[in-house]
Amino acid sequence: MTTTLTPQPARAVAAESAGSRLLWAARDCWTIVLQEFTHLLRQPSTFAWQIGFPVVMVLMFVYVFGSAMDVAGQGAGEGYVDFAMPGMFAMTMALGFMDTAYAVTHNKEKGFMDRFRSMPMASSAPVTGRALSDVIRAGLDLVIIAAVALLIGWRSGGSLGATLLAFVLLLWLRLALIFVGIFLGLCIKNTETAGMLFAVAFPLGFISSVFTPPEMMPGWLGAIAAWNPVSSTATAIRELFQTQGIEYLEPAYWIDGHALTAAFIWPAVIMAIFIPLAVRQFKNLSR
Amino acid sequence: MTNQSAVQARGLVKRYKNKIALDGVDLDVPRGTVHGLLGPNGAGKTTAVRILTTLTDADGGTASVAGFDVRSQPREVRRRIGLTGQQTAVDDLMTARQNLTMFGRLFRLGKTAAQRRADELLEIFGLAEAAGRSPKKFSGGMRRRLDLAASMILAPQVLFLDEPTTGLDPAGRREVWEAVRDLAAQGTTVLLTTHYLDEADKLCDRISVIDQGRNFIEDSPAGLKRRIGDERLEVVVSHPAELQRLEELVVRVLGAEPTLDEAEVRLSVPVSDGVPALTSVAAEIRAQDIDVADIGLRRPTLDEAFLHLTSAPAEPAIKETR
Repeated sequence: MTTTLTPQPARAVAAESAGSRLLWAARDCWTIVLQEFTHLLRQPSTFAWQIGFPVVMVLMFVYVFGSAMDVAGQGAGEGYVDFAMPGMFAMTMALGFMDTAYAVTHNKEKGFMDRFRSMPMASSAPVTGRALSDVIRAGLDLVIIAAVALLIGWRSGGSLGATLLAFVLLLWLRLALIFVGIFLGLCIKNTETAGMLFAVAFPLGFISSVFTPPEMMPGWLGAIAAWNPVSSTATAIRELFQTQGIEYLEPAYWIDGHALTAAFIWPAVIMAIFIPLAVRQFKNLSR
Repeated sequence: MTNQSAVQARGLVKRYKNKIALDGVDLDVPRGTVHGLLGPNGAGKTTAVRILTTLTDADGGTASVAGFDVRSQPREVRRRIGLTGQQTAVDDLMTARQNLTMFGRLFRLGKTAAQRRADELLEIFGLAEAAGRSPKKFSGGMRRRLDLAASMILAPQVLFLDEPTTGLDPAGRREVWEAVRDLAAQGTTVLLTTHYLDEADKLCDRISVIDQGRNFIEDSPAGLKRRIGDERLEVVVSHPAELQRLEELVVRVLGAEPTLDEAEVRLSVPVSDGVPALTSVAAEIRAQDIDVADIGLRRPTLDEAFLHLTSAPAEPAIKETR
């Protein structure tokens, strides 16, 4: 006992090379990722609830509303799974930023952020670790939702490459929104006020082409919905999955006709805006 | 400087919007000592600790910890300090052991070294039994000890404790005090903040009293208590008419001039040796058959001490923002 608590002379770190710092940053990031996954393993019920929500949404939309929907004259209920699923995928990715924001606020509130910042770890690790673990989580979400979708009859009409590209685009959107989540999470004072995230999440998720084509909304709302980044991803992956029926709708908005390009560019634009904002907010912690 | 001072601060200033949290605070903490920052809420204690632990940038002044400047060499400082903040920063979704292993990894220990260190610390802090449980189910004292253990991964030279016992029950406070004493005995320099006079008294070698962002007094616990004033014997009589008799009695027995509070029918007199004075006065009261509602020894509270020392209210003039 006597030896293990006696202050040890610490090795100076000033001489570390840039390469070794990068290596440590990567390792610290991975340690944070492992922390997140320990949470999942120790709290399988929480994970089940989080994943259960989109699964229930899928089943609800397909069986409750779907039976009344007539996608492009194919007959009531016909083809709705194929129309709704890309929307559900995109929506799950869009709403995921709330989990990110909540986790960031929680860490800040519980003094975790302070503890990390007082430690000799890479200061980027709490952010990069959060981003990486959330992307992995999102991949897991997609696999599970896709499995449920396959069970109830959804099929991708696209090639394997196109289908994989669709999932990459979904994760690309999620990655961009992680930084929105980190920024908002750092702005929010405590987890009690995190409810305000819904005020951002609902318009983002619903004023989009996720459930209804923007062409069927009132003009001004349709324009907003069409230019919503979530719509671009939803429309792009519908094209990649070669969803039947959508070709009957004449794209009324310019961006609708360029969904695939927009699905690449929108998340990049979001990151260009929100990464600097998140970094600034993170630095503000030392004010 | 580097050989004697574990913590040295000169003229630290910190402004929040239009409030001044620190207004030129100086600190000198010699190696291997326990130093208390004592003050009412909002005095600037937490702000000082945040600056010294590299969490917040000062607006003025300089500070070095373990011989390194907190502003220009924060990474060197971080390798040599431990911080236990006001919040117990442990992960409730992991076991105690997983918590310490994770922190060990972030302190750059290898995988097996981190696990070994976690087990060692669990043993030292009396948590070996609880290693596989979530801290969510721990008592307040156990949570704090786990928090302390996480700060001790690298056996830091300087340990910062920000109100380590706030919110703990008496048993929990004793557990934490014991742990801090053990650490100090083995050579860790400890800087702790508290607003409990008895805590500072029990743990610290030196105490800096700060108020409204300024150094107020620095002294040893004994010296501080002398300045604050000695213990007082207080007696409350049942019948106001007997206050006069009591006063005569106290003057005769103790030879000191008491102060009377007619409204509270209370007599109060400073005593240097509390217990003998109490017993002799009590015996005389009994012999004289005076009806007493309450009798006891009191030490001035920190609030009273501030009133006494500053003759200014101990109300927080600056709201602590973090």
